[in-house]
Amino acid sequence: MFGLVPACLAAGSIGSLPSFLAFSAAPLARLGSWDIAVIALYFGMVIWIGFYLRGRTNTGEEFFMAGRQMTAWIAGLSFVSANLGSLELMGWAGSAYQYGILATHWYWVGAIPAMLFLGLVMMPFYYVSKTHSVPGYLFLRYGEHARVLAAISFALEMILMSGVNMFAMAVVMKVVLGWSYTFSIVVSAFAVTLYVALGGLRSAIFNEVLQFVLIWGGALLVPVLGMIQAGGVSGLKTQIIANMHSDSYFHLWRDTGQFAANPMGVHWTGIVFGLGFAISFGYWTTDFLVVQRVLAAHNLRAARMAPIIGSFFKMAVPFIVILPGLLGLVLLQNPDGSRMQLVPQDTWKACAPISPDCAPLLKQTSLSPAVQRDVLEQKEGPRSDLHSYNEVLPLMMVRYLGPGLLGLGITALIAGFMSGMAGNVSAFSTVWTYDIYKPLINKKGFDSHYVLVGRASIVLGVLVSIGAGYLVQKSHGIMDYVQALFSIFIAPLLATILLGMFWKRATRIAGFLGLLLGIAFSAGLFEWVHLYPAKLAYVALSPDAKPMAENVFRALWACLFTALVIFVVSMFTKPRPAAELEGLVYGVTPLPKEDPVPFYKNEWTWAGLVVVIFCALNILFW
Amino acid sequence: MHGSGIPIWFFIGVLLVAYGAIIFCYGVYEWHSGIYPPLVQLTNLHTPVWWGGMLLALGVVYVVKFRPGRGGE
Repeated sequence: MFGLVPACLAAGSIGSLPSFLAFSAAPLARLGSWDIAVIALYFGMVIWIGFYLRGRTNTGEEFFMAGRQMTAWIAGLSFVSANLGSLELMGWAGSAYQYGILATHWYWVGAIPAMLFLGLVMMPFYYVSKTHSVPGYLFLRYGEHARVLAAISFALEMILMSGVNMFAMAVVMKVVLGWSYTFSIVVSAFAVTLYVALGGLRSAIFNEVLQFVLIWGGALLVPVLGMIQAGGVSGLKTQIIANMHSDSYFHLWRDTGQFAANPMGVHWTGIVFGLGFAISFGYWTTDFLVVQRVLAAHNLRAARMAPIIGSFFKMAVPFIVILPGLLGLVLLQNPDGSRMQLVPQDTWKACAPISPDCAPLLKQTSLSPAVQRDVLEQKEGPRSDLHSYNEVLPLMMVRYLGPGLLGLGITALIAGFMSGMAGNVSAFSTVWTYDIYKPLINKKGFDSHYVLVGRASIVLGVLVSIGAGYLVQKSHGIMDYVQALFSIFIAPLLATILLGMFWKRATRIAGFLGLLLGIAFSAGLFEWVHLYPAKLAYVALSPDAKPMAENVFRALWACLFTALVIFVVSMFTKPRPAAELEGLVYGVTPLPKEDPVPFYKNEWTWAGLVVVIFCALNILFW
Repeated sequence: MHGSGIPIWFFIGVLLVAYGAIIFCYGVYEWHSGIYPPLVQLTNLHTPVWWGGMLLALGVVYVVKFRPGRGGE
């Protein structure tokens, strides 16, 4: 869920979740009875689904793998929906407001090639091995140590992310609607626990598909109405150039030849190799949270088609995320009719209420001196019209959505948070039960016993998430580490799995050592820059690099370092016999023959179409 | 979902019908009464009417096509 962290959250200097905890003087919107009815219906529906599916999740295979009965469409929508949480929606809309269309890289080059690679190349190995999880694959390929290391890291990450999601939702509901934290947390935790503990992965997948429909139904109107008001594409471009005095907001690649030439401070090599390979392939092909959805497909062809179907929708997501951010640059207005200018998260936090940092931070913004003076004269809190980048999506919703429609938009955000939590706890439950509890605590239980453990771990996982969320809330410094967990862990895991899957010479000890040292190397790089920000110039290879560049280059170095360790150690240790690697490694695995299908049902046809659209979009917005 | 049981598309259809009906009814009321929310833009487009109507129509199609016992995905 928290996989590809929004730029404005990942870039530590710009702000992080705890900053959100400083809330506006007044909520952005007030819900009427029409809106409350829409939200209540959603909660009723998810609980109905949970109770309905309870009777269909009796065995371990049904509870943890949804019975491996999902069609390609359901698995594909769930796959892409697992990365379409509200934190991502709001964060990337804010990034688009800040960086322009550059933020789209995280949806296109940062997702599409990896999704196609998963479907066409890697899925057969995951599927043929019949593993329950990604750590399970590591066990089959590299042995118990690698599995336990990956499982414990992943379980810890899932619990923390679930807590972050829960608090993020509470904070957003506080900012947007003025709801109390306790109310939001209790209601969401209760609903998620109920429907996932009852229906397992199947329930989580159903709700992800539901969330996907709600997000499009609730958020699609914002860009449509915004484009009408902005005067279409040409009107939007003209106004942005007039307001921002730059046309960089419309170019994906043109200004990435130099770090200093684009607002994100990244270089195209970092985007292609760091984001497009190390981070993207790491997330979309090895993060169990998303891979689990595809493993639930009912046959290999469906499992291969699912990421390809998902990639079509992934390419369309910028329409409801990036475009509202761009529209916010020209359409948002203060109550007096002047253009509203949003500020970075840390500026907003420093000025709500006023702190000594407020004045110097305000000077770095483009706010006029008169507005800055107005902000500083507020003694009790922020001006009601001072908002952060991350609020651009809710602000646009409030601008266009009246009663009923606003309820639908808010429901989409709630659904995004809840399905994110559900994804975290369902993946945690599977890894805890199959990769930690079963091999380390009780190897001889019955299937029904493991289902019981899975259900209990969901309840326990949610409770621990609440505790973890409170911990993160209380200690702002921890949040930086929580956000970094994903990027620290995923790149070494990618190198470990890719070499295990495509190089039969990779040995057990090499896999374990590569993963362990790769994680240590990645964490070391993170801590180095965290303690000495000037060292970013070494990690990202330029003194002009900005924090966003650190994430992509750190992932790239960690991936290469892990691969180097695995290569060197493998050359000095004894490889496993080829017979033991059947079903796990390319070249020694007879892939199952699939029945011939017409070209319009063939995964290669659709993948080809995705490639054509992907290339066309990148050229169009070059 | 593959196999028997109520497909997810039916649940989605039910929710879309309910949401479409609520939003469409509000839109008709708003248009009829001429009372619009003061801060909302482009109310002259009567968005709740056509968007609610679209959700309602889509929901009806899903409910009918994927109703329990009929089969399908």
